[in-house]
Amino acid sequence: MTFVLEAEGLGKRYGRHEALADCNLQIPEGRVVGLVGPNGAGKSTFLGLACGLIQPSEGTIKVLGHHPAAGTDQLARVGFVAQDTPVYANLTVAEHLRLGAELNPRWDQKLAERQVRQLNLKPDHKAGRLSGGQRAQLALTIAAAKRPELLIFDEPVAALDPLARRGFLQNLMEFVAELEASVILSSHLLGDLERICDHVVVLGDGRLQVAGEADDLVAEHYRLVGAQGDFEDLPQDIEIIQAAHTDRQTTLIVRSTGPIPHHFTEATHLDLEDIILAYMSRSAYASVTGTAQQFLEARQ
Amino acid sequence: MIDFYLDARSRVAPYAQIAQQVRQALRLGLLDVGDQLPTVKEVVAIVAVNPNTVLKAYRELEHEGLVSPQPGVGTFVVRTLADDSLTAHEPLRKELEQWLAKAKWAGLDEESIQALFATTFRTSMKEGK
Repeated sequence: MTFVLEAEGLGKRYGRHEALADCNLQIPEGRVVGLVGPNGAGKSTFLGLACGLIQPSEGTIKVLGHHPAAGTDQLARVGFVAQDTPVYANLTVAEHLRLGAELNPRWDQKLAERQVRQLNLKPDHKAGRLSGGQRAQLALTIAAAKRPELLIFDEPVAALDPLARRGFLQNLMEFVAELEASVILSSHLLGDLERICDHVVVLGDGRLQVAGEADDLVAEHYRLVGAQGDFEDLPQDIEIIQAAHTDRQTTLIVRSTGPIPHHFTEATHLDLEDIILAYMSRSAYASVTGTAQQFLEARQ
Repeated sequence: MIDFYLDARSRVAPYAQIAQQVRQALRLGLLDVGDQLPTVKEVVAIVAVNPNTVLKAYRELEHEGLVSPQPGVGTFVVRTLADDSLTAHEPLRKELEQWLAKAKWAGLDEESIQALFATTFRTSMKEGK
């Protein structure tokens, strides 16, 4: 299997602050990856490292098999759109395309012009006067017309209204189908991610919380509800992600690659959004973590 | 050509929703043998889902022997689900309409009718197994 991104012991320090630490990750090719985590989790740092805008303090990262920003060749293979989808306010739409054509060896002018027409953008319009949605679409068009193998977006839809957001995601998915590119995008909008992502990376507190194929994550996570005594014979290899107790009842969110014991008839699967939230709150509150054994010891 | 939609609140996985909608269209005769399904690019441009989701749905339909991909051209319907039962739809609909009228006449409101139908449907499906 080829990977679009491989990280080994990857970390980034700013003075004494660890923005990202001990990140080990392999992302397969051809995925739309959702990068999620609370503010300050290290998402932008991670994306900056993937683009080569930031150098790691420790560990290694490879993107499409090479060091990020290793040379012009590598730069041409990755399209990056920074937070708030920046464009040049004083340049017109047409000038943006010309700039793209001058700077990118694999530039696809036909694709760019077709997209600008479809979006009803006037070529002589100054980019600074476009709406937020149009600006985001222009940035997406330029990134896609590079014909990159990997597109990276830092919160592309955060500032957009629901209609503009849907339009952006529709076009993004269309480009993914056309270019057969992989995508990594960060977002707080878990509902969107559930729709468009088939691979998820959750960061929290500068650490990798969980990563994997969306289908696998959904298949491996369960919510178990029972009386407190019910969980004493929980197999050791079941990892507890979240635990909540009342005097009568215990609710666990667990990850298990094997079968769940039969007497947990109430075991239900969670949707991707709930799984992501469980990992995010685990890192935020450092609540009960670890294996079933540690959980039971803690209760004795 | 048919259109797809996605119910975000549904517990049914997106790929299964798309496959379901194709089967539904086949059952209702909206799609026939030889018809082309929308291309992956067309579907994702409408519903904003991952292209792999559409591919997965089409693969499932292919596995069921309903559609067949022709490389470089598209995916085509090779078998339909609208068998002879389609002709039975109309008389059955008439009977159902009569039944609904009777239920309203008897004083049942919308929710009671739905509840009565749902419970009867569930029990009779169970007995049928």
